[in-house]
Order: sequence, then C-alpha cells, then structure tokens
Amino acid sequence: MIAKMRKQEFWSGIKDEAPILLGVVPFGLLFGALAISARLSSLAAQAMSSIIFAGSAQFIAAQLAGTGTSGLVIVMVVFVVNLRHALYSASVAPHVKGLNTGWKMLLAYLLTDEAYSVTITHYNREGDSETRHWYFLGAGLTLWTSWQISTAVGIFIGAQIPASWPLAFILPLTFIALVVPALKDRAGVAAAIVAGAVGLLALGLPYKTGLLLAALIGILTGLLFDGKPK
Amino acid sequence: MNIWLVMLIGGLLTFATRLSFILLLDRIQVPDWFRGGLRFVPVAVLSAIILPELTSPNGSLYLSWRNPQLLAGMVAILVAWRTKNVILTIVAGMAGLLIFQMVLGML
Repeated sequence: MIAKMRKQEFWSGIKDEAPILLGVVPFGLLFGALAISARLSSLAAQAMSSIIFAGSAQFIAAQLAGTGTSGLVIVMVVFVVNLRHALYSASVAPHVKGLNTGWKMLLAYLLTDEAYSVTITHYNREGDSETRHWYFLGAGLTLWTSWQISTAVGIFIGAQIPASWPLAFILPLTFIALVVPALKDRAGVAAAIVAGAVGLLALGLPYKTGLLLAALIGILTGLLFDGKPK
Repeated sequence: MNIWLVMLIGGLLTFATRLSFILLLDRIQVPDWFRGGLRFVPVAVLSAIILPELTSPNGSLYLSWRNPQLLAGMVAILVAWRTKNVILTIVAGMAGLLIFQMVLGML
C-alpha cells in the first residue's frame, strides 16, 4: 500500500515538473554555450551544473570567471545570488519535518527555483500526505536530469544557438505560469505586487540583493494584509 | 583561486543555504508570524524575479507599449489566469513576444 503511494507521488512529481522543462531546457542550453564562450573547460562547465546547480548563479559565476574576477569575489556572489534559497528552505521545512537527515540533505540539494515552485504549489493545493517527500524527489530529479543534459547539449552545440533567439524569456514566462494561478486572496496579490514593484526599484542593487529585499518586503506586506479583518 | 575550488566552495555554500531552515525548523520553535509569512514566499520571490524581466529587458526600466517583453508578459499573465496551464502560458508568451517584436520592428 505505502509502496504504491510512494510510486504515485513520485510519478506525479515527475509529471508536474515536465511542463516546466520547456523553460528550463533552453536556459540550460544557454548556460552550456555561455560557459564555453567564457573559456571554461567542458568538464568544468558540466561540473558546475551539478556542483552549484543553480541557474542564475551559474550564469553569473561563468561570466565573472571569464573576465578574470578573483575567486573569492565569485564565491561571495554565488552565495548572495542564492540566498533566496534560504526562504525556500524555510518554506518547505514544515513539509519535510520528521524525515531523516539523508532525505533532508537530498531534498535540500534538489531545492532549485523550479523544483521548489512546483512542489510547494502541489503541497499548498493537495495538503500533506505521509509520502509527500516522494513528490518532491520526483520533481527535483526530473529537473536535475534535464539540467545536466541541457547543459551538455549547450556545451556541445555552443555558438550555434543564434543570439537573436529570445530563449531566456521563457524562464519568466514559466514563473508567470506558476505564480498567477497561486494568487487566491488579497494578501497574496498584495505580496506579489509589492515584491514586484520593489524588485523594479531595487534593480540597481548588485547581484540580486534587490530580489531578496523585494521578496522580504513582499512577504511582510502579505503578513500585514493577513492581519486585517477581511 | 582555481575554478574547481571556487565551484566547490560556491556549491557548498549554496547547499548549506538550501539546507539551513530545513534542519533548523526541526529543532527550534518559531513565532506564528514567521510561519504565517512562509505562505507568501513563492509569490513574493517569483514576482520579484518576473516583473523586472518584463519591464526592464535590457537592465533599465522600459515602461512603454513599445516594449515587446512587457506586452508578451501581459498576454502570458492573462493566459495563466484563465487557463492555469503551464505549457499554454509559455507558448502564448513566446508567440506574443515574437509577434510583438515583428510588429513593433515594422513601425
């Protein structure tokens, strides 16, 4: 019985993550191509996709490495760009409570923007089941595999991707597809609008620190709206 | 610093960030407002990623009906709202972008 539920959760994680790959695969192709043009070796470019495993941080790291930026600065930038994952970590924490440390480490490794958004959307909609970590695993592994493969293809075809193709635009579209249906009440809409507006105003801040600031202010706005009687 | 060392430390820091609260929230009690705020994490973070991509495609603010990314983004928002379908949203947004780029390029 429980084995069947695990399998079901795992498969529905894969199934729900699949449409997102439409946005992720072009991004992986672009990363592979960019890493090579920044003079990273094929091996290093591929390894970055599994060691750092975070799209936008990888883009910035490869670009900085190509311009000869010091390693310490690149490490700091990667850390700051990925700080938003601490918010994801807090957000999934109640759902992975009670799992053993091995599971927690595995799921933390798989906690990317795209696996997180699909998984948390599912948890918020379906409620909590005993085997829900298998859903997370299915979504996370699907993303991981496609990220590795698309990086490899990007390394291989590299410069053949025409620069005029607006492939990078697919990613914000993917996020729109995930956020808009999740906006269900005034507090959520307020959080989204304020976070977006602050994100715009803080665009000048370096290395996505504006993004983090915008997210925090958005969350506070949601909380304030929640506090008011409806 | 060697690129491999940079990747290794950057990767470990990223992993530690992702693991942070997953481990922490099992051990410590957090106030209710903190728990309440968690439900806004996805919409807040993703909106803060989306909006600048639409309004500032080249890094500086471009709020204009001649901005194809902004127009295509609005199409995508509308489709996402009406259909709740990921693939339809992406396809409509990309088609919108290509059409708006072509039409605006002719003006």
